[in-house]
Amino acid sequence: MDAALIPLLPLLVVGGTALLVIVLDLLPPRDRKGHLGVVALAGVVMALLVSLGLWGREGRAFRGMVVLDNFALFLDVVICYAAALVLLLSTDYLRRNDGERGEYYILVLLSTLGMVLMAAAADLIVIFLALELMSLSLYVLAGFFRGRLAAAEASMKYFLLGAFATGFFIYGIALIYGATGSTALDRIAAATRAGTRDPLLLVGLGLLLVGFGFKISSVPFHMWVPDVYEGAPTSVTAFIATGSKAAGFAALLRVLLSTFKVSQPDWTVLLWVVAVLTMTVGNVVAIAQSNLKRMLAYSSVAHVGYMLIGVVAGGALGAGSVLFYLLVYTFTTAGAFGVILLLERGRREAVDLDDYAGLAGRHPVLALTLALFLLSLIGMPPTAGFAGKFYLFGAAVRSGYIWLAVIAVLNSAVAAYYYLRVVVYMYMRDTEGLPTGPAPSFAGRLALAIALWGIFQLGLLPAPVLDLAQAAVAPLLR
Amino acid sequence: MNLVVFFVVAVVAVASALALVLRRNPIHGALFLVVNLGCVAVLYLLLSAEFLALAQVIIYAGAIMVLFVFAIMVLIPGKEETGPDPLRPQRLLALPLGAVLLLEIALILKSSVFQAAQPVAPPPALPAGAGGIETVGRLLLRDYLFPFEVTSVLLLAALVGVLALAKRKAG
Repeated sequence: MDAALIPLLPLLVVGGTALLVIVLDLLPPRDRKGHLGVVALAGVVMALLVSLGLWGREGRAFRGMVVLDNFALFLDVVICYAAALVLLLSTDYLRRNDGERGEYYILVLLSTLGMVLMAAAADLIVIFLALELMSLSLYVLAGFFRGRLAAAEASMKYFLLGAFATGFFIYGIALIYGATGSTALDRIAAATRAGTRDPLLLVGLGLLLVGFGFKISSVPFHMWVPDVYEGAPTSVTAFIATGSKAAGFAALLRVLLSTFKVSQPDWTVLLWVVAVLTMTVGNVVAIAQSNLKRMLAYSSVAHVGYMLIGVVAGGALGAGSVLFYLLVYTFTTAGAFGVILLLERGRREAVDLDDYAGLAGRHPVLALTLALFLLSLIGMPPTAGFAGKFYLFGAAVRSGYIWLAVIAVLNSAVAAYYYLRVVVYMYMRDTEGLPTGPAPSFAGRLALAIALWGIFQLGLLPAPVLDLAQAAVAPLLR
Repeated sequence: MNLVVFFVVAVVAVASALALVLRRNPIHGALFLVVNLGCVAVLYLLLSAEFLALAQVIIYAGAIMVLFVFAIMVLIPGKEETGPDPLRPQRLLALPLGAVLLLEIALILKSSVFQAAQPVAPPPALPAGAGGIETVGRLLLRDYLFPFEVTSVLLLAALVGVLALAKRKAG
C-alpha cells in the first residue's frame, strides 16, 4: 500500500465497507438484511483495530487536508465504539419494527465515515464536507421509520434546523477565508499568530461556533434535540447522541485549540457562558420530562455543558478530560438507550416512565443494567461517570474557574433527582397496565455487556486512558 | 463603467431580494429569486470570476429554480399558505427586537475592536485568468482533489438517503 494513503486508512476501511454493503444489498437474500449488519459491524471493528494499530503515528495526506495524529485516532476509537454498539443494537430492533432495509446500514456507515473524517480534517472545507456527510445520513436515519408521524417530524426538524446551522457555518468559513486568505487550519493559525484582532476573523469564528453549537447541541442551539431524540428510531438516537457529538467536539477542539489559540481569551468567555447555560437548561428541563427518551435528550444537552467546561479550562488536562468524557459518555449513553431499545411493551417501545414501574421484578438483569448506566450518568463512583466528571471539574478548578466547577457540581446534584426517579420507579413501584416484554437477542446483550465493561473499566482504572487522552491532545497544543 | 454597472445591478439585486421576501405569492417570489440570482451572476462577472458566473446561471438560475417552480406548482398553495399569518402577534415584537439587534451591530461596529481593525493578511494578488475554467479545474483536481472526492461520497449518501425515504416497500 502506498505510504501516502496511511493517514486515510481508517477512512478507507469504513468507506470500503459502505461500498461493500451497497453491493451486498443488491444480492439475495432480498427479504433478510441481518447479514449486512454483520458486515457493517465487521468493517467498523476493523476500523477500530486499524486506529488502535496506528496509534503514535503521524502523517498528512492530500496537501495537508487530512491529518493522522493521536487526536484523530483517539476520536476514531470513540466513534467506532459508538457505531459498533449502535450496529449491535440495530439488527434485532429493525426486524421487530419492520424497518429492516439495507439502506440503514449503508447510511450508518456513511455517517460514521463523515464522523471519522471530521476527526481527521485539517481544512475548513473538509470539515464542512465531513459535517454534511455525517448530517445528511443522520437526517435520513432519523426518519427511517417512514410510517410514523413522530419520525417524519424528527427528520424534518433535524434537516431544516441543520441546514440553517450549516448556513452559519459556511458563512463563518467564508469570513475566515476572507480574513486570512486560506481555509487550511495551520495556515490560518500562522496568519493569526501575529496577534492582530481582525474583527472579520472574530465574526467568522463566532459563526463557526454557531454551527458547532448546533451539532453538539449546546444551548441556545438545542431546540431540535428533544423532538429528534424522541421521534428517531432509538438506535439512531443513540448514534446521534454519541457519534455525532464526538465528531462535533473533535472538529471544535481542533479548530479552537490549534487554530484559534490567539483568540483564546475571546472564545473562553463565550464558552464559559454557553457551558453554564447548557448545563442548567438541560438539567432543569429534564426534571419535567416523563418520556425517557426526552429526558435522556435533555440530559445529553446537560452533559455537553459539562464537556464544554473542559474546553474552557483548556490545556492538556482540560482538553484531555473532554476526550476521556466523550468515551465515557459514549458507553453510558449507548448503553442507556440500548436498554430502552430492548424493552417493548405491547407493540410499542417502552418510553414512558410508567413503563418502568416494577421493572426490577420482571427483568432484574435489565433493570440493574439500566440502573448502573443511570448511576454513571449521575457520576457515582465506581462508575466511569464519576471519573469523567472528576477530571473535568478538576481541570476547571486547576485552571482557576472555581465558579464554573461549583455550578457544575450543583447541576450534577439536580441531575441526580431525575435519574434516580427512574431507579425508584423500577425498584419501588408495582407494574401498572401491560407488562413490559423483553426482546432478548444475543447482539443486544453483547452490546450492553460491552457498554457495562466500558463504564467499569473506565471507572475503576481511569488513569491509563486519561493518559492516552492527554497524549492525544498534545499535537493540538504544540 | 464597471462602477455604473455595479450600482445598477446591486440596486436590482437588493430590490429583487426584498420583493422575494415581501411577495405573498410563492410563484412571484420564485421569479424574483431568478432575477436576484442573475444579478449576482453579473456581480461575479465584474469580479472576473467567469466560471462562477456561468455556474450560477446554469445551476442556480436554471436547474434549481426549475425545481423550485415545479415544487410550488405541484403543491399548489392553498389558503393556509397565502392566508393570514398565524404568527401575527409576534410581529409586534419584531420591530423592537430588530431595533435592538441593529443597535447592537452599530455599537459593535463603533467599538475599538472594529475601529482599530487591521487585516490579518493582505489579500493575495489575483493571477491572470484567475476566474477562468482552466484555473478552477486545475485547483479542483489538484489542490482540492480531496474535497472534490469527498463531495462524491456526499452525493452517494444523498442518493442512498433518497432511496431509503422514497422507495416503495418491497413485496
